[in-house]
Amino acid sequence: MSDSFTVKSTRRHRLHPAGLRAMHWINALAMIALIMSGWKIYNDEVLFGWLHFPEAVTLGVWAQHGLQWHFFAMWILMVNGAFYLAYGLWTGRFRRKLLPIWPREVIATVREALTFKLAHDDITHYNAVQKVLYVGVMLVIVLQVVTGWLLWKPIQFSEAVALLGGFQAVRLFHFIGMAAIVGFLVVHVALALLVPKTIGAMVTGGPIVDDATPEAVPAE
Amino acid sequence: MARSPSPSIFRPKQGVDQSLIEDNKKLVQDINRRGLLRGTLSLGALTMLTGCNVSDTDTMQSFLRTISAFNDKVQEAIFRPNHLAPTYSVDQVAKPPRFNAYYDVEDVKPVDGASWKLELAGLIQDKRPWTAQQIYQLPEQELIVRHICVEGWDYIGQWEGVNLGQFLKRIGADTTAKYVSFKCADDYTETLDMATALHPQTILATKYAHDPITDPFGFPLRLRTATKLGFKNAKWITAMEVTNTFIPTFWSKQGFNWFAGI
Ligand code: HEM
Repeated sequence: MSDSFTVKSTRRHRLHPAGLRAMHWINALAMIALIMSGWKIYNDEVLFGWLHFPEAVTLGVWAQHGLQWHFFAMWILMVNGAFYLAYGLWTGRFRRKLLPIWPREVIATVREALTFKLAHDDITHYNAVQKVLYVGVMLVIVLQVVTGWLLWKPIQFSEAVALLGGFQAVRLFHFIGMAAIVGFLVVHVALALLVPKTIGAMVTGGPIVDDATPEAVPAE
Repeated sequence: MARSPSPSIFRPKQGVDQSLIEDNKKLVQDINRRGLLRGTLSLGALTMLTGCNVSDTDTMQSFLRTISAFNDKVQEAIFRPNHLAPTYSVDQVAKPPRFNAYYDVEDVKPVDGASWKLELAGLIQDKRPWTAQQIYQLPEQELIVRHICVEGWDYIGQWEGVNLGQFLKRIGADTTAKYVSFKCADDYTETLDMATALHPQTILATKYAHDPITDPFGFPLRLRTATKLGFKNAKWITAMEVTNTFIPTFWSKQGFNWFAGI
């Protein structure tokens, strides 16, 4: 206990602590509900004449159900997301796992991935591309919440709506945000399926690590 | 709170015995609470049934409508009573405005302006009905604002008519009441919260782009408010009631959010 040789004070815990896993899956559910109900809302008045979402992948029988789901799931997303951001900042998880991001490292990782040399045995350490994707999708989700509120209350927040170019412009941004998140989801799920133990870890918690682990891993 | 309930134009004269509701209040609240719990559980079940639509079931609807009622409260709380919606210039105005109702434009039944009357009811001192002629002589306010539909489309319209807040004062309405409800010639019903009714950009419109409103758009009298979604703007109004009792509206009964603020 008072072992003076362990200079660094480290906390041993699961790779993904229980609270974090809960927040991850709650977020996944809320996100799927928002996307599928958003598609329902979209179908009622499309932005692009060539694009209608198949009813089978939308949430709700009638238009009002889509709206009901959207404005229910938004609370889950916001409350859960607020806890998640507070947790990530407070515990230092973001700093440990997502920072720093060096452009050189990102390029190197992309090159390794394209030549199928990317190592993924160590799931406790995110590569530079993963870091970019995770930080990026968090920012997009925050923006999606912002444009969502502006669409919901465009007159109460008329100053901000004007700043972004008007109601239809915000609608377009909200749609682009959705597309970005869906794009992330496709890549995220595909990569997780390629390395199935990552999915197991997000369910059961994964290996025991201590907070100093990422720094202890020698750079490749 | 002990305001004497005035006969509502929306309900049959022989209404529900109020004491019955009082006696069973506990029971009703209990059901609501159970609905919330059950709804939460069904939500879990739903996620396992992707592709299978349970939104229309009674349990799911009671849950989602409870959330929608919570969203009414949130919207009431963030409503800025004196914040003005952006206004636009005359050359941005769409002519004619865009039609929408719960039926097609061919099925609009024109209202005869000569025999038409606006009936008044509820917490109003002077309940004498108004003819179209009388209403068209009231001072007019012009409103060039964006109409936003719940479906997602919008256009800029130019409406004129008497300011609703001023009209309410003129007829001696109790503006501390909670709601202003409207009944329409096509059996549509709409209820506004008082804050919206008193918003400076809420009018009883009689004209569009300087000409009397045409039949599809609500002749002779319709509501036009800058702070609500399109469907809240009742057309072909025949009666108005100021009340503390919430009167469910055509679309809120179908599950659309009641407050529908923008
Ligand atoms: C607090 C969070 C959110 C709020 C308040 C919100 C609000 C809204 C509103 C008001 C609309 C209707 C726009 C219209 O009139 O057409 C809408 C549409 C939509 N939302 Fe959200 N939203 C939120 C989050 C999200 C998220 C996270 C996604 C997906 C990742 C999403 C996807 C969509 C889509 C695809 C549409 C249909 C686009 C359209 O037709 O305009 N929303 N949202």
